[in-house]
Amino acid sequence: MITTDYMILCLGMGLVTYIPRWAPLFALSQRTLPRWLEEWLDLIPAAILSALILPALVTVGEPRQLSLWNNDLLVAVPVFLFALRTRSLGGTVVLGMALYWLAGKFLG
Amino acid sequence: MTDHAAPTDKASIIRDGVRAAWPICLGYVPIGLAFGVLAQKAGLSPLAIGLMSAFVFAGSAQFIAVAMLGTGAGIAAIVATAFTVNLRHLLMSSALSVYLRGVHKRWLSLFAYGITDESFALNLVQFREGNWDFKRALTVNHVTNAFWVASTVIGGLGGAFIPAHAFGIDYALMGMFLCLLVYQLRGRLYVLTGLIAGAAAVILSIAIPGNSYIVAASVIAATAGLYIRRRWPSFAASSAPARKNKR
Repeated sequence: MITTDYMILCLGMGLVTYIPRWAPLFALSQRTLPRWLEEWLDLIPAAILSALILPALVTVGEPRQLSLWNNDLLVAVPVFLFALRTRSLGGTVVLGMALYWLAGKFLG
Repeated sequence: MTDHAAPTDKASIIRDGVRAAWPICLGYVPIGLAFGVLAQKAGLSPLAIGLMSAFVFAGSAQFIAVAMLGTGAGIAAIVATAFTVNLRHLLMSSALSVYLRGVHKRWLSLFAYGITDESFALNLVQFREGNWDFKRALTVNHVTNAFWVASTVIGGLGGAFIPAHAFGIDYALMGMFLCLLVYQLRGRLYVLTGLIAGAAAVILSIAIPGNSYIVAASVIAATAGLYIRRRWPSFAASSAPARKNKR
């Protein structure tokens, strides 16, 4: 059973998640950007990925607390080095899964 | 980087898109199942779960919405929270726009629906490597979307019986992100920007609840990086030797 309230909730959430995805794409892809903005946007991917990854590795719990000894972080070190060395996306994913699985088995 | 254009027939477009999308699909399975199980426990039917996944397509916002539903929060509060949680897509959409010049507005509107942390990072790398185009990127968006919707519904149908944590599958997306970050480290300036973003994100994530730290840290780091590029051009000019990325 889908209630009207639930339908409104889904539509509302859909709308507010869609707008930030759509507005910059729509506005920026139609024009030439100033040089500083292009250079700024060029740095965004490295910044975002780092900002997504690091807190996930070195914090735990809610509210978050610093944790420098956990399986996610321990596995990330060899996986990162492997990625640097091989630049293989598939290999990195598979190695990460294997090591994480082993870490869960043997380190708990 | 190759100069010749990628083949434009439908079959190779879809094949390339699916081939690129597999790490995301793999990573979505445990998260989608977990979401489905949680949502089902909160009283949502598989149909309701599928509806939310199809309309929203944003893992973190959906998890929070289900948690808030459980506490009896109102629609307005949940929608407002979803908005702030997904503001980071503003940055991702901006960065992708550079590669989508000249694409028809109608297609852009369809593409925007599928922008996630994962598809953003993957498509951006592919665009820069070359041999990538709008339709392949769109394929990645839709294939991953289909996986997301399906795995959340399956989770709601009886995900509790599926061994969700098998074979380290929970680490698939982290592994992918780590490798995609490596691809982004194309010189000293990028490494420094990444370090600033990481340090800022860790500090902010501990200091502030929620996930606004992603946007804040990224803006701080990219702005600092731009300043460094302008102030010390010789530092920024060094770049890593171009190396071919493998899939």
